[in-house]
Amino acid sequence: MAKADSNQIARSSPLKAWGINHLRTFIASLGAMFRQPASSMMTIAVIAIALALPSGLLVVLNNASNVSIGWDNSAQISVFLQADTSEKQAQKLLNKLRLFDDIQQASMINKDRALEEFSKVSGFGNAIDSLDTNPLPHVITVQPKVDPQRPDKIRHLLKQLNEMPQVDLAQLDLQWVKRLFAMLEIAQRGIWVIASLLGIAVLLVVGNTIRLDIQNRREEIEVTKLIGGTDAFIRRPFLYTGFWYGLAGGILAWILTAISIGLLDNSVAQLASLYNSGYQLRGLSFGETLSLISFSCILGLAGSWIAVGRHLSEIEPS
Amino acid sequence: MIRFDNVSKRYPGGHEALSNVSFHLPRGEMAYLTGHSGAGKSTLLKLIALIERPSRGNLLLDGVNLSSVSNRKIPYIRRNIGIIFQNHHLLYDRTVFDNVALPLVIAGYQHREIGKRVRAALDQVGLLTKEKSDPITLSGGEQQRVGIARAIVHKPGLLLADEPTGNLDPELSREIMELFARFNQVGVSVLIASHDQDLIKQMGNPVISLSQGRLERNDLELSHG
Repeated sequence: MAKADSNQIARSSPLKAWGINHLRTFIASLGAMFRQPASSMMTIAVIAIALALPSGLLVVLNNASNVSIGWDNSAQISVFLQADTSEKQAQKLLNKLRLFDDIQQASMINKDRALEEFSKVSGFGNAIDSLDTNPLPHVITVQPKVDPQRPDKIRHLLKQLNEMPQVDLAQLDLQWVKRLFAMLEIAQRGIWVIASLLGIAVLLVVGNTIRLDIQNRREEIEVTKLIGGTDAFIRRPFLYTGFWYGLAGGILAWILTAISIGLLDNSVAQLASLYNSGYQLRGLSFGETLSLISFSCILGLAGSWIAVGRHLSEIEPS
Repeated sequence: MIRFDNVSKRYPGGHEALSNVSFHLPRGEMAYLTGHSGAGKSTLLKLIALIERPSRGNLLLDGVNLSSVSNRKIPYIRRNIGIIFQNHHLLYDRTVFDNVALPLVIAGYQHREIGKRVRAALDQVGLLTKEKSDPITLSGGEQQRVGIARAIVHKPGLLLADEPTGNLDPELSREIMELFARFNQVGVSVLIASHDQDLIKQMGNPVISLSQGRLERNDLELSHG
């Protein structure tokens, strides 16, 4: 029975033949790369560096965003109450504010204590003592919840606070937060521009490598066409080679990024400790690593596809 | 097997390589194609192998009209033809075995089956001991026989040979021709382009002769007409 089976498969069914050919080429093209380690490594290194640069920048940007989220939390809204507001009313308002969704934390600076502190710190003690009434209002400090994606929320909260009857003025210098977000936004776009340009570079590098490969194997391609190799059959090893270049380049890019982060990590920890922060650099997440490597594979495949499409049809037996 | 029906081939630039050629090579027949260089022998073979397309007339291969075959179908038609070249067209970056195995790899044969068939083909051309050699280390006659093994390994119905003995001495040439005759005896149709008149006379097969793109002599038409 085994014999009958093997005879049946001897001339494989088209689907099976297709599968066998794919597997064979998949492995053979990897082997071909190993047989020319120097030139393969060169191409892979170029791809890796081209991809490591934007992914490294992305890591830096992500970290900058993370740090700035911490800063946002220290952003405060100072709510100056009307001068005639009693301490009881102020306390009531404070309790009310604490229930707001958009407010993380609120606390009150009592106007008497504020005056005391001011006279102590400012050195105007005598002048202040001569005042009949306390010129300072009660102040409630509010820490808003900050959503970096929605800076308009803070503005809304500010407007709400300003419209309250006991409130004289609620103010927040949002300008620097806005500026920071704008800068991060520009940086992010800049990285995408760089990433796109370098992605095109990867495409061209792979395309050029495959083009040279095609030229070197001109004879083989002609012979293969003459003995009945389909275009798909001839195309396949080059496409797989492009894929392998992309995969290897992507993995190497990840390694380069990880090494760079490792090199920076100590200095960042030192800087953070100077700011009394335990902040640690965050590298590429699993998802980001996966996208980096798949993106690289796609670039490799696309680069070889372009080269194959342009140059394979030029080679016909004559 | 092959039927030319008023086939002409005009190359871009106006040179007419073949003019109104008609002949019929029956299945299982072996014939020689002769003529001076430039008479159109290579063009005729290229038309059969679909390397070139006829400008006029009909060319049938195994009942299929090659004038109207789409490019996508060409590989599948070529798989039923074994082509042998004067300059072997071997791939020097791989062993004799891998060279001969190529048509089977293309057709998607299984590994074990490929081994069996390649060795059978190498045995037929007397090179069984050379399967692991690099083609470059072989003599001209041996390289030509590797080319023949590659042409017959997938058991095509038709063998085409373009000056297969062009670079060989008379004795080796005769061996090669006798090899073709053996394949013909098991039913393979064979068409050999050669200008070696003496050898062709010795072999005694029908001859088609071209002169300046026109049919000058056609033994096939006589014997089957």
